[in-house]
Amino acid sequence: MANLAVRRFAALLRKESLQIVRDPSSILIAVVLPLILLFLFGYGISLDATRVKIGIAIESNSAPANALASAFRISPYFDAVGARDRRELESEMVAGRLKGIVVIPAEFGENFARSPETATIQIIADGSNPNTARFVTNYARGVWGNWQRQMLAETGGREALVRTEARVWFNPELKSRYFLVPGSIAIVMTLIGTLLTALVVAREWERGTMEAMMATPVGVLQLLAGKLIPYYVLALASMSVCTIIATLLFDVPMRGSVFALFVIATAFLFPALGQGLLISAVTKNQFVAAQAALLSGFLPAMLLSGFIFEIDSMPVVIQWISYIVPARYLIPCLQTVFLAGDIWSLFLPNIGQMLLIGSVLFVAAVRNTRKRLD
Amino acid sequence: MWRRLSALIRKELLVILRDPKSRVLLIGPPLLQLILFSYATTLDVTNVSIGVLNQDPGRWSVEFISRIQGSSVFREITPLHRISDIREAIDNQKVIAAVHFGADFSRNIEAGVPADLQIMLDGRRSNAAQIVNGYLDQIANAVNAEASSRQGRRVAGDNVLERYWFNPSLEFTWFTVPNLVGSIALLISLMVTGQSVARERELGTHEQLMVSPLRVHEILLGKTLPPLVVGLFHSTMFVLATVFLFEVPLRGSLIMLYLSLVLYLVCVIGVGLFISSIAQTQQQAFLGVFLFAAPAILLSGFATPIDNMPDWLQTFTMINPLRHFLVIIKGVFLSAMPANELLTHSIPLLLIATFTLGAASIFFRRRIG
Repeated sequence: MANLAVRRFAALLRKESLQIVRDPSSILIAVVLPLILLFLFGYGISLDATRVKIGIAIESNSAPANALASAFRISPYFDAVGARDRRELESEMVAGRLKGIVVIPAEFGENFARSPETATIQIIADGSNPNTARFVTNYARGVWGNWQRQMLAETGGREALVRTEARVWFNPELKSRYFLVPGSIAIVMTLIGTLLTALVVAREWERGTMEAMMATPVGVLQLLAGKLIPYYVLALASMSVCTIIATLLFDVPMRGSVFALFVIATAFLFPALGQGLLISAVTKNQFVAAQAALLSGFLPAMLLSGFIFEIDSMPVVIQWISYIVPARYLIPCLQTVFLAGDIWSLFLPNIGQMLLIGSVLFVAAVRNTRKRLD
Repeated sequence: MWRRLSALIRKELLVILRDPKSRVLLIGPPLLQLILFSYATTLDVTNVSIGVLNQDPGRWSVEFISRIQGSSVFREITPLHRISDIREAIDNQKVIAAVHFGADFSRNIEAGVPADLQIMLDGRRSNAAQIVNGYLDQIANAVNAEASSRQGRRVAGDNVLERYWFNPSLEFTWFTVPNLVGSIALLISLMVTGQSVARERELGTHEQLMVSPLRVHEILLGKTLPPLVVGLFHSTMFVLATVFLFEVPLRGSLIMLYLSLVLYLVCVIGVGLFISSIAQTQQQAFLGVFLFAAPAILLSGFATPIDNMPDWLQTFTMINPLRHFLVIIKGVFLSAMPANELLTHSIPLLLIATFTLGAASIFFRRRIG
């Protein structure tokens, strides 16, 4: 009898796996989309502004003004164009071609000759993108400060009394790619776990094959396990491919263990698959299931998980919503396993949260599936 | 011809609006998304926690810490007691950064010797870490200025006048809301049109439509106008929310905005019809829409600036209608971009619209056989 159950289950697994392999849309979601997303996040998406286009208005005709202007020109952070008047540059900034203007005012040379520490410059940045604007002012201040100190040292001034020495752990070169690429693996697993599962199971409900399966001697739990195990394997396979590309092609370090990565991924797929199953069981309609998976799975994983946007900076109400987004717990784990190493004191509480959300979703999914049978 | 066409348009509008479920999907979620995501998608850094290891008995570290407390950037200061606490706090992401004052920090300052201050940052969140570091540097400059002036030293002051154009207090929502308007309009228009041809094909009504007296260009017009009306309705709702709810200033020409909006929506509807024409089923159409929308939004300059991308990718983004529309909508709302600039950015939209509608009509016709 037990033997029969095992054989029945194996047949079910085989059927479900074949269905995945034969269905073009599952190939699209599990292979094509992850690769596209990974390449977009690896190549396209970068928060590291390098060589931002700025203008320098050198309104002062003096040696120090020219020296300062060339300090901006050689800075690796800026691609600077010079002008004699700020008005020449202002229209370029309105048109969006310059992200900022450094004004060295007409009285700069005179002030500098009198006493170098009183010479003032002006930094105007395009605030329509606040992140870039802040980058422009921070780095322009850096160029200006260095130049000032250098000049002061040459004219017999003394060093600053408070010196900061910043060290960035795990990512000393501050490459945003290092946290975006691991984060995109969370998006890929959400796509397979929630979107694909919701779509495929909803299609079975739509076509009535789900009811047909329920009429067989296979139990509900066995049926659901048979459906989910192939997707679980598929998601892990996709994650592995992404990890290989991330480390080999995008040079993202892998400082933790592969074991930890699989444990984390498994913990995440529990709520992700549960969500997909629940959506399909409730909607039983492909179109609505797709919309629901997009709205409740993909978009929150993208926006409310801390992947790009800092959760701490969001309004409190939105922070509360983020607590029920499974990806919120996955993102710090993924970033840690790639960049920092195996820090189980961080993994375990997050894994616990994911399993908790997963249990709630699974109970709801099984209930909704059973209800249909009555 | 006009009566035939108006009948088709009526039918298409009915398809979109008749079903109560899709009617709800059409109005509720987009507005909800706009509101929810406007507040969520911020690259601002506020309310972060910072750790402080203070081994300095003097007053200057206290001065420094009180300035950290006074800043809105930091929500909570976690006192640390040992060097090993720093590792533990950062590793577990309890703090994004830790500041370490050595035992001789104040003594050095009083003696007129440069005092070093260590800042440790979590590179797993490198963007936020950089911004936090910028704030700490500013505090260090201020403390430095105060200490120096007390000792009558000549130091370089913070002689910078900082100004932000178009968004003087760097409100992040002024950036996100116009971006979201373009992105959500893209998603809705694609969803509505992506399904339209695929659904008819699945239901078998596509052939009926083709044997009707309607010409192909009439059918195409009938399939384009209703989503355009729906899209304009949504966009108007969004523009109103942007102005009255989010209080983003509207500085440029509203006429130019609507002109480019129509071009933009036609581009997107063309893409949607194209996807719909080549898809066999509604599910494939949905995936096609997703396959287009995800890169379109990621490569639009919304999440990250186009300038940060490699050159070849920057060139590639020229075919992305959202990219051009975002320049226009931000230009109209924030920077009062002059009309000739707006027209320059509208030309690519016109070209893309011609291409996508043309491609859709070719595939639409071909699939009949």
